[in-house]
Amino acid sequence: MKRFLLYATLTVGALVFLYPFVWMLSASLKPETEIAGFNPLSSNFMLENYRFVLQKIPILRGLANSLLVSIVVTTSVVVFGSLVGYALSRLQFRGRDMIFNLALAMMMIPGQLTLIPLYTMMVKFGWVNSYLALIVPAMMSSYAVLLFRQFFLSIPQSLIEAARLDGCSDWRILFTIVYPLSKPAIMTVAILTFMGVWNDVLWPLMVIRNPDLMTMPLMVTLFNVGGQAEAHLGVQLAAAMLLALPVIVAYVFLQRYLIESIASSGMKS
Amino acid sequence: MQPEEANKFSMHNKTGVGGQVPGAGKAGVGSQVPGAGKGPSSPTPGTRHLTPDPAPGTRHLTPDPVGYLMVLPYLLHLVVFVGYPLAFAFVLIFHRWNIYTPMKWVGLGNIKLLLTDQLIWRALFNTLYFLLIHIPLQLIIALGLAQLLNQKIRGRTFFRASYFMPVVVSGVVVTILWQQLYATETGLINVLLHRFGLPGIEWLGDPRYAMPAIAIMATWKNVGLYVVLFLVGLQAIPADLYEAAELDGASAWQKFRLITVPMLNPTIMLVLVLSTIGGFSLFIEPYVMTGGGPANSTLSGILYLYKQAFFFSKMGYATTIGFFWAMIIFMVVLLQRRFVETEAL
Repeated sequence: MKRFLLYATLTVGALVFLYPFVWMLSASLKPETEIAGFNPLSSNFMLENYRFVLQKIPILRGLANSLLVSIVVTTSVVVFGSLVGYALSRLQFRGRDMIFNLALAMMMIPGQLTLIPLYTMMVKFGWVNSYLALIVPAMMSSYAVLLFRQFFLSIPQSLIEAARLDGCSDWRILFTIVYPLSKPAIMTVAILTFMGVWNDVLWPLMVIRNPDLMTMPLMVTLFNVGGQAEAHLGVQLAAAMLLALPVIVAYVFLQRYLIESIASSGMKS
Repeated sequence: MQPEEANKFSMHNKTGVGGQVPGAGKAGVGSQVPGAGKGPSSPTPGTRHLTPDPAPGTRHLTPDPVGYLMVLPYLLHLVVFVGYPLAFAFVLIFHRWNIYTPMKWVGLGNIKLLLTDQLIWRALFNTLYFLLIHIPLQLIIALGLAQLLNQKIRGRTFFRASYFMPVVVSGVVVTILWQQLYATETGLINVLLHRFGLPGIEWLGDPRYAMPAIAIMATWKNVGLYVVLFLVGLQAIPADLYEAAELDGASAWQKFRLITVPMLNPTIMLVLVLSTIGGFSLFIEPYVMTGGGPANSTLSGILYLYKQAFFFSKMGYATTIGFFWAMIIFMVVLLQRRFVETEAL
């Protein structure tokens, strides 16, 4: 009996978190008159809502923009973050500890403080309505630096010393020894950065007004808020579904990594 | 220590860099790298010896100038995209500026305006109201589900993954979805209420319910993360603590109150801080769902900042709001830390 109650509670919990997504998918495929109600099935499934979205907004262009921005930023954060992490954990140079403390201090600065000054900078640089505004300010992350430094400290110094005695440069050590041993850290930084950039709306909303350059979440947000969806519920849900789909697919395959990465980010901050 | 170190450094390095780090980084790279980058990379085994050290106890290896090259892009980026905006924020706070015409010095004008601005205090009140609902709900549900999952059960991976699903999905998707779930006539939540014979609620149209509605949605979106965090915390509690308590005849509630909760204290603190920061960062939810209404009942700090900057072009005032908001977050987190730490004793 106790076991039954346990499983019943857990299952109700799972339904609470999963069913809305099922409902969203089904409602986006139904005519508007059938949206109300719990039954996800209908004999009138259709793709009309999706056709409407594709006609009204260049959402595939938005998908491409989002991919471009997220991939460039993620690559940059991983590459530069790991370089700094390596320098801070394995090299000796003057000011090293100061840079480490600087990175720690950067974590304390709330984004709200620099949001508007950063925006005015973008205006002055002429970067508003360009990929540069979406990419360049996000290219480095102090969080990634600290995470890589922490992880690299756990690599045995003897491995690195041995490679040095063999005449390896620090660059070669980084590529042939450190990176292959650091897949979990690279994965974590990559997933967190990618998701952060992929889901962000506030910054793109501030710096992009040209629909051809909008990221996918921004496009879907404005589509809903701006009235282009013409208050059609099914159409709004179809746009949201298109936005959710890549993430849900990725989640199904990378579930374990995603959960561990995001949870570890919580643990460390 | 400082001059001594600089001295030693110039001996090895011939850089003679002084003082500031960013400057030092540049100087080091400019003059050093082509030659020195190769220097330590093809060392004779003896190069990495300990240098004679006047201060005993501190080890000094020969320096690796290539380090400067590795940190240089990061430092430059930091100066341009964090340092400069940070400094500029403190200029903007004292000015009126719409970006396109010259700045106008207003002294403490923005701060005076802020202190008498009803709407910013309304936003603060709304945020605290949000947290008052969101945090207890979050803690209870997350801890409850984590407790249930922390047993020998089948399908734990599936349950954990399903609770976590809303965490990975974009906030925009969740907001659009819940906007429909909250719809007065067709929304599933009211349909459900009707089934139990309860009257429907005008969730997003009634100033009394709009903020609680957003708080419930935010809990649904984030609670999976905290389930996972609590689960990690629960698994770290040594089983013999519970065994000893059972020998002493402790009830389930006593075990929970006297072992689980104190042992989870760091996790509880973490959940508190993360939820608080989340609450103060609310933007997309009210922006999409309510636009801050009805009657400003869901106006959030960031939404207000955004409106001041982009509807009224008041960059100075918007920056002042950002500064104020950052200070509040800092204070609230500090207070929570203090409160939780004294509770633990």
